Amino acid sequence: MQQEAPGSAVISLLVDNESGALARIIGLFSGRGYNIRSLTVAPVDEHSLVSRVNIVTTGTLADIRQIKAQIERLTPVSRAVDLSSAGPHVAREMALIKVVSSGESRTEALRIADAFRARAVDTTASSFVFELTGSSDKLDSFIELMRPLGLAEVSRTGIAAICRGPQTIQNP
Amino acid sequence: MTPKTASAPQAAQTPATLAGAEVLMRALVEQGVEVIFGYPGGAVLPIYDALFRQKEIRHILVRHEQAAVHAAEAYARSTGKVGVVLVTSGPGATNAVTGLLDALMDSIPLVCLSGQVPTALIGNDAFQEADTTGITRPVTKYNYLVRRPEDLAKTVHEAFAIARSGRPGPVLIDLPKNITVGDAPYVTAEQTKPRTSKVRTEPDHDAVAQAVAALKNAKRPLFYTGGGIINSGPQACEGLRKLARITGFPVTSTLMGLGAFPATDKQFLGMLGMHGTYEANLATHGCDVLVALGSRFDDRVTGRLDAFSPDSFKIHVDIDPSQINKIIHVDLPIVGDVGRTIELMLAEWEKQTPYAHEADLAQWWQQIEAWRALDCLRFKQDQAADAVIKPQKAIQRIYELARETGRETYVSTEVGQHQMWAAQFFKFDEPNRWLTSGGLGTMGYGLPAAVGAQVAHPNALVLDIAGEASTLMNVQELGTIAQYRLPVKLFIINNHYMGMVRQWQELLHGSRYSESYSDALPDFIKLAESFHAKGLRATRLDELDSVIREALEHDGPVVVDLCVAEGENCFPMIPSGAAHNEMILGPEQEERGAEVTREGMMLV
Repeated sequence: MQQEAPGSAVISLLVDNESGALARIIGLFSGRGYNIRSLTVAPVDEHSLVSRVNIVTTGTLADIRQIKAQIERLTPVSRAVDLSSAGPHVAREMALIKVVSSGESRTEALRIADAFRARAVDTTASSFVFELTGSSDKLDSFIELMRPLGLAEVSRTGIAAICRGPQTIQNP
Repeated sequence: MTPKTASAPQAAQTPATLAGAEVLMRALVEQGVEVIFGYPGGAVLPIYDALFRQKEIRHILVRHEQAAVHAAEAYARSTGKVGVVLVTSGPGATNAVTGLLDALMDSIPLVCLSGQVPTALIGNDAFQEADTTGITRPVTKYNYLVRRPEDLAKTVHEAFAIARSGRPGPVLIDLPKNITVGDAPYVTAEQTKPRTSKVRTEPDHDAVAQAVAALKNAKRPLFYTGGGIINSGPQACEGLRKLARITGFPVTSTLMGLGAFPATDKQFLGMLGMHGTYEANLATHGCDVLVALGSRFDDRVTGRLDAFSPDSFKIHVDIDPSQINKIIHVDLPIVGDVGRTIELMLAEWEKQTPYAHEADLAQWWQQIEAWRALDCLRFKQDQAADAVIKPQKAIQRIYELARETGRETYVSTEVGQHQMWAAQFFKFDEPNRWLTSGGLGTMGYGLPAAVGAQVAHPNALVLDIAGEASTLMNVQELGTIAQYRLPVKLFIINNHYMGMVRQWQELLHGSRYSESYSDALPDFIKLAESFHAKGLRATRLDELDSVIREALEHDGPVVVDLCVAEGENCFPMIPSGAAHNEMILGPEQEERGAEVTREGMMLV
């Protein structure tokens, strides 16, 4: 039995859009001591009957398999795929980042935002709100760079993820 | 409510509309429900009214909602049907929580109907309001709050489908009062397309072939069977018997699996685990191929994980994929119905080349017989007429004298020492006869369970082997027993202690018996009589047989107070954190309990 270091994994679910479905999933994580790093959920079909949930969690490969098996048991979950092990996937996150500064810091913030292709969606004489989309790592580095330049507030969406290529969550 | 006077052609097209409570009754009848265990209250009055006005379903009035759930569990476990519970909102539903979790842990199919305040009042802290779906979400397989009348019938059908399919479990339906009072359309199960458990019943045939190939190569094989075989049904138990017969391999069982394989068969090694037999545990430790059939490597079974069956090739058959590799890494997982898998294994066994390790197998059996010769369940009973009765002796005699009656016998237990002794000494040859709280370990399970079993099998002999402390946890059910004239025999193995707590305190906590003495006990004979039952007592060895016989022969409920030795401990025992080959066999080795590490103590 190989023991490996815990890593992070993206599990994507298709869930019947019914009351309590999200509570069931979250309850399973807290009840069994699993970790949720980020969670996104929104309806994805034309009649809003099915929601897609993307969960970033951590654990060894065996932990992740157990988490996936436990989620699959839930009645409203029609599909559960561990995207990290199913093959290459794209994971993106959006963040709104508020920077309050003036003078040199303000220009520097704007310069870095430009390099990251972050958009200023709100501007006042003393502040910016930048909108930035990308991998979680990219967002992390941007936020780190803003920290000494007057970083005031961060709001992140958590990731949305999807398989690369023609495969889908239904046919990975 | 005024009857609908829709014209005939219209009625043929649109679903029949009835009061919600009547729709509920019809759906229950369509699902084959014959008995409901329940307790009325404000939010379920319309349902009780509908119950009153129909003839197909019988209602058993319990004295506490927890007991309703345990009774329904025993009804389900002893018949293979879905047990049904009806409770009111708020405290009615919260009282059912323990029973629901008990059923979830032991994979018992139940449907629990709970009343709820009208939908318009939900969230307003109304009288007897509780967030029942929120509270019961982690203790059920699935639950519902019915918000729209058109969902009612469909929900009931789906709840039954989910409760009984795959790995069975409890499902709760929360029914707001406006839904049961107002009109609702009726639809049949066929007209709805109920979701069921997403389940794979047909195992992978290649994996089955690999498993049989491993069995053909085994020199020291062992079948480790669990409650899943009983849930799979009588044909799975029959299949297991055939599999054992044609292979000649030994069989051990978990607590929940007892009865799936005949305990009196010489291929049966007894229960394994913490209080399992020496031969079962050493065979588990020493086998080279371990086949887990419908069992889940519970911590009471495995002991210290890194020392569990260290040299074996492990095959795990389970219908629930989340059980595979959850605790023990297995070499060959097979997801599917265990009965179907055994059936395929039997065919595959005939197909593959004959078993060629007869000599090794004979040697394995020789080793097992040597372990068995140790007679690990032996105990010392002073034979004097006035000797104090040993609890093991009491349970052994209950078994032997019940067997002498030749009657179909169902046994429930509470939780603790008496439960383990019952598992060790009561030999079940048939499945569905043994009713015990395994996963959750719920004290107070046995008496209501005896109610459920006796309601399901009115002509059978139903025994509750109990402790005096556990009995008091649901003792009010003596009222239910009296009301329905259920001839349940309650045998209280009375040692004036919460015996298992006392045993652990002796072994692990320096004999500091903190709060484990059963002080101020009632006079159980007077208690029995006040509940219109017969009360009997035995305090000396020479009274034991006659009292048990008198109880078994009495055509009505009996409470038997069997006053037994207070200090007796349940052996054999694998101390916390120890491996299967480090068992404590008897009192002479008790000091080994003191060697239990702090890590072991934390394991409970």
